[in-house]
Amino acid sequence: MLSATDLVVRLGSVTAVDGVTLSVERGEMVALVGPNGAGKTTLVKALAGLVRPASGTIAVEGRLAYVPEGRHLFYDLSVEDNLSLGAWRGRDRNPKRIYEVLPGLAGLARRRAGTLSGGQQQMVAVGRALMADPEILMVDELSLGLAPIVVSDLADHLASLHQRHGLALLLIEQNARLAFDLCSRAYVLENGHIVASGSSAELERSEQVRRAYLGVGSTPSKVRSREGDSSESARRDGSA
Amino acid sequence: MSALVEYLISGVAIGCGFALVGSGFVAIFRVTEVINFAQGTFAVVAGFVAYSGLTSAGAPQGVAEALGVLAAGALGLAFGGAAIGRKHTSPLASLVITLGLAVTAYAGEIAIWGDQPISFSGLQGDFVLAGAHLLRQYLLVIGVALLVLLGLGVFFTRTYLGKGMTACASNRFAAEVVGISVRRMGLLSFALGGLLGGFAGVLLIPIQPLSFNSDIDLAISGFAAAIFGGLRSFEMALVGGLVLGVAESLVGGYVQASYETVVALGGMLLLMLWQARRRVELA
Repeated sequence: MLSATDLVVRLGSVTAVDGVTLSVERGEMVALVGPNGAGKTTLVKALAGLVRPASGTIAVEGRLAYVPEGRHLFYDLSVEDNLSLGAWRGRDRNPKRIYEVLPGLAGLARRRAGTLSGGQQQMVAVGRALMADPEILMVDELSLGLAPIVVSDLADHLASLHQRHGLALLLIEQNARLAFDLCSRAYVLENGHIVASGSSAELERSEQVRRAYLGVGSTPSKVRSREGDSSESARRDGSA
Repeated sequence: MSALVEYLISGVAIGCGFALVGSGFVAIFRVTEVINFAQGTFAVVAGFVAYSGLTSAGAPQGVAEALGVLAAGALGLAFGGAAIGRKHTSPLASLVITLGLAVTAYAGEIAIWGDQPISFSGLQGDFVLAGAHLLRQYLLVIGVALLVLLGLGVFFTRTYLGKGMTACASNRFAAEVVGISVRRMGLLSFALGGLLGGFAGVLLIPIQPLSFNSDIDLAISGFAAAIFGGLRSFEMALVGGLVLGVAESLVGGYVQASYETVVALGGMLLLMLWQARRRVELA
């Protein structure tokens, strides 16, 4: 549904993404984790068509929407206007259908986006992306600057959208715990390279991944309630 | 008393013209972050095209003026294409391009309309208010300018296209994320700036004859009006235009006509310094 093959993205003289190959299948929830400066946001911008890759291919089947890091709302406009502008290329600009899947937004419709809390803004950002009626949603740093309870609520909404509407998700996260809990499969990006990939459960068991992203001594999550493990084996071999 | 009323009303009319030019600056800057120094050219060309429509083509006044406004809109689109048409052109480079286009336009204006000031009659007759005899054209300028600015407000707050342009002004990256072409919106804003300048030109030319280099005075006054609202607020551009127009008119009437622009702009500068200090105090 969404795939990148040998993708290279350069920002000036810096190679931010170097030979990345990844894929998200229809109805799948996939995470991309990695530290600051790993190239996650550059990669997702390239997948969204906002940055031109130097080489490699990107294939997208179906509608794709993107929630950028830091929300990037239209802060001078109302929540309703923010949502309707999400359907800029679409025909149905009525945000009522979003209020059905994200009921918390209905009461905020007339509020200026700039006056909302961080969690509410993130909800609007997700709702705005959903206005494009996407089959795949890319969310960059869902948890950034938000309280854990707010993040948990947002994660539940995404899981519900996935289960009820078959929405595919590519979650770009620094919070590996959240990413592994929410997604069945994950990639680890470091210095522009995919250094590990596999099912979330397998990655959680990987000593190196646990040490780098979950903290030494972390135990695999017991709250996993999403899809089962994939058959793909976790690997940390420097190639995608 | 009658002299004061005359200066006030004529000042408000001229100020409305400045507000229209200023709104053109705002419309373009909000979307593109480019200060369009060819904004005065739109007014001059609109006035000249309307003049040609009246005198050479024999068109009815309203039609000639509408043609002038449309010509300014088309010129705005063309200037926009030159200023922001190429990707990754910085706002500073675009500013220099608009300045170059404004100067280059002199050649065309002189070749077609000559280098002498041009004017035509506006709304005929006058009316009496508090003992002052005032041109009916003043009322036309004030009425049309307010209607245009009201329409502009409706466009930006009630129409999807207007909201799209506001979205570009609010967050260009987010606009691109949702699929809005910021470049196309920028071109549209230049066309809008052209139309606004055009309205100013056809409304002011019966009161103030325009020559090829009148764009400088119009652009300076319009820019001063626009900067009053930080180049982002149409309402404040209107307030700025009115303050400037009335100040000019009072200085011209009570002091000396040659001082009116200098004194009015000086007063405007003081007002903006006070405004800036207040903002700092409130922050």
